[in-house]
Amino acid sequence: MILLFIVFCPILAALAILIGAPARRTALWAAILTLAATTLVYFGGFEAGQRGFQLVSSWPISADWRINFTLGLDGLSLMMLVLTAIVTLAAICFTGEIKQHEHAFYACLLFIAGGAMGAFASLDLFFFYAFHELALIPTFLLIGIWGTGNRQVAAWKITIYLGTGSFVLLLGLIMLYRSVPEAARSFDFRALQKAASTIPAEAQGNIFLLLLLGFGILVSLFPFHTWAPEAYASAPPPAAMLHAGVLKKFGLYGLLRLALPLLPEGAQQWSTLLIVLLLGNIIYVGLVTIAQKRLDWMLGYSSVMHMGYIFLGIASGTLLGTNGAALLIFAHGISIALLFGLAGEIRQRTGTLVLTDLGGLGKAMPRAALAFGLAAFAAIGLPGFANFTGEVMVLFGTFRNGANPERFTIYQIATVLALWGVVISAVYMLRAYRRVFMGALRESWSGLADLNGNLRVPIGILIAASLWFGFFPQSFVRIVSPAFKSYFVSK
Amino acid sequence: MTISAPTLEIAVLVLGLSMLMVEAFLERTDKRTLAFTAILGLAAIFAASFFVIPQPADPVATGFWSFYTADPLAIFFKRFALATTIFVLVMMIDYAPVVRESIPGATPQAGLGEFFTLPIFTCAGLMWMASAIDFVMIFVSLELVSISFYVLASFTRRNPTTLEAGVKYLILSALSTGFLVYGITWIFGVTGETNLARIAQALADPAIESGPALFGMLLVLVALGFKIAAVPFQMWVPDVYQGAPTPVTAFLSVGSKAAGFVVLLRVLQPFFILPQIERLLIAIALLTLIYGNLAALPQNNLKRLLAYSSIAHAGYLLIGVVSLAGEAVSFYLVAYLLMTLLSFAVLIVVARQTGENIEDFNGLAKRSPFLALAMLIAMASLAGVPFTAGFLGKFFIFDAALRHHQTALVIAGVITVACGFYYYLKVVRAMYWEDSPNETAVPLSGLSRAAMAALIAGIIFLGVYPQPVLNALNSPRETIPATESASAR
Repeated sequence: MILLFIVFCPILAALAILIGAPARRTALWAAILTLAATTLVYFGGFEAGQRGFQLVSSWPISADWRINFTLGLDGLSLMMLVLTAIVTLAAICFTGEIKQHEHAFYACLLFIAGGAMGAFASLDLFFFYAFHELALIPTFLLIGIWGTGNRQVAAWKITIYLGTGSFVLLLGLIMLYRSVPEAARSFDFRALQKAASTIPAEAQGNIFLLLLLGFGILVSLFPFHTWAPEAYASAPPPAAMLHAGVLKKFGLYGLLRLALPLLPEGAQQWSTLLIVLLLGNIIYVGLVTIAQKRLDWMLGYSSVMHMGYIFLGIASGTLLGTNGAALLIFAHGISIALLFGLAGEIRQRTGTLVLTDLGGLGKAMPRAALAFGLAAFAAIGLPGFANFTGEVMVLFGTFRNGANPERFTIYQIATVLALWGVVISAVYMLRAYRRVFMGALRESWSGLADLNGNLRVPIGILIAASLWFGFFPQSFVRIVSPAFKSYFVSK
Repeated sequence: MTISAPTLEIAVLVLGLSMLMVEAFLERTDKRTLAFTAILGLAAIFAASFFVIPQPADPVATGFWSFYTADPLAIFFKRFALATTIFVLVMMIDYAPVVRESIPGATPQAGLGEFFTLPIFTCAGLMWMASAIDFVMIFVSLELVSISFYVLASFTRRNPTTLEAGVKYLILSALSTGFLVYGITWIFGVTGETNLARIAQALADPAIESGPALFGMLLVLVALGFKIAAVPFQMWVPDVYQGAPTPVTAFLSVGSKAAGFVVLLRVLQPFFILPQIERLLIAIALLTLIYGNLAALPQNNLKRLLAYSSIAHAGYLLIGVVSLAGEAVSFYLVAYLLMTLLSFAVLIVVARQTGENIEDFNGLAKRSPFLALAMLIAMASLAGVPFTAGFLGKFFIFDAALRHHQTALVIAGVITVACGFYYYLKVVRAMYWEDSPNETAVPLSGLSRAAMAALIAGIIFLGVYPQPVLNALNSPRETIPATESASAR
């Protein structure tokens, strides 16, 4: 029942706001209550180390199609919920003054948050998919109405890309549903898991490809990434935080939740393709990121680039790498949300995010400089932050797959190439930090206000979470790994 | 208590006839009272339809029951026709001032009585069509529907575009009727039967020549293609939809199309043993999908946009027909009813204040948040966003197509869905992003508001909980064995 609360608290709050409840206060309280409930589950209701799903509750929807509304958690979905709750709260705190349609703005944010919560907590294919799509129209509106820059193009692009990607994904999901024998057919993850061994290898390959394409478009897998930087650059900061931090992770979550455990042979067949594409994310998009001249575009591209590492973990085929991917999903969600939030604050004060125009803001906004520095270090993957641990696990896990001192396989080559990505991200992140915060401050900006004191709370939560799982990755792995163990042990 | 199925149509006819008679003596009273009466009467008949017990068609029946069936599909589409007519009448009440302005008459209310009564006869025709299992019956009911539409389509005759629409519809519809009759004669000539079930038996006989029957079926398909607006028989759609009075457009695009699909489902059943028909239908479906969606992209007039979108939706429905998924087609039609009627209802109200172009919807979110929300939900559902009925409709259709390995159709379907996102969201953009010089709220009557709220509730309810519709369709599980056996081959 507490899951029901977590999923519907943001959605009901959004409806209440649409009807006329005070927008900001309702949204803030909804986010706080959701976070509180999620924390309660994390520390109280959920037993780490157990296999299978916990806190399961189910309501029948369609008997003919065996669709049920089923909520439940395993370690992976629990951590996704925690991420969603934290980032939602931060996004709402980072929302500044909204000049027009304030109610609609908060309602859209909460719809995205509720959709993400629902997708991560659903144990039924149908609702897993549908909840994610709940965010589609709000995203379109958020970028279209409150965006900046080339907002119209960006809004169309993201909506059409994600809409198409979702329908490709839908085909894959229907084929998955159809591929198991009639008697075992179900939309329920657990039932599908049981029946997965009956899916023939050829069908696995086809379905995996569709899922990879569908989820890949949603996660901005190279070469389907072009919607992401533009959308994030144009979106209002809270929307970019939620989308890049949480919603985009839906595709990765889907690959970890469905594609890997249900279609192991399909994953094997297409792993080479996936590795080639993800290297496109890391190397090609990485170089593109270096060339960016605006902070928001740079952050957008960097978020595309870092998806490459998570894909690498998914492609690694080892328990270590897969755990690393899960940790990296969480860590990246936190760091990118913080970076987008801070970039929004900077734009609000200076009116520009062109890197060459900025400079010396560290003097005027020391708190912002500190927070941005920490977030940038996290994004680069400096030791101590969860990103570092995640990347290390991913790289070691991948390297270990079929390691042979005589001959490198594609996994070892991919690892070596991916390591260069760390250097690339250090280059653009540090350069951006220098351009924005160091150097001489423009005189007209000497009076710029520093971050609002209230923002200390969300920033503190985000940084603390990243540091905690950076120093104690075992506490994360202990929760998440049972979700993958059944798959890797049976292999 | 049970009611015999034909009673429903007779009740509708009696309602329509008595309205016509009473109307002649009520010169002074507000003619809208007639519409309210009709809505109440149809609602009562709708309620009564739940007392009809559906029965599978009996192949050896004679007399009346060899023309008429009361199977679940028929009962379902009778309710469908009734619900459509009720909503169309609600829209007509909103549209009455326009009719009043554009009809030259002795009294200020001239023409309104017929305007409110004709849809009831159309409804009776649609209900008969749902039950028709004999070509004679199909033809007669189709004519009843068409003739009342001839009048309705050109009702506001002072408007030249309306007149053009009416003439176009009249000529092309008459032509398609000609094709239908000619096709029926060929089929009758080969098989000696007009009853669909007995035609199927006759065709199964290897001694019979399939060529002429196929030719006859081709001609019938032309006529039905016209009704459902499938490419290449779609050229009348944009002009007629744009020119006809908007409630009539809504009626055409929902009622006429749904009836066309019911007949198509029934007529195709005996002919699906001929593989050429399947290939032909796949080609038509592909063309319809691609043409409808691509042509909708550049439209600026919302009525025209909805016309092309109705062609596009015919394409998705044809995917279901090719995949022999009667259930999926029926569900899609219900979803289509809800979302199309909702968008037309909003269009009528807004068009009275500003106009029918998409830019006339600019800033609607500020002017009338409720109307904007209603349109947003209609457009989201038409585009196929989850938690709306439109999504589940597409879901069932794609599922059926994948089950039958119609890869080409599925690929075309997914690509065209992307087009749909663009042109439907164009309306959303106008309402929410753009500003409008006009800030006055759009007046909205309580009845229309209630009707819109009901449609919104229906879209979201069926988007989450489709079971009621599925139950209504397959209580005696008659259509299922056909699809399952087909999937086994």
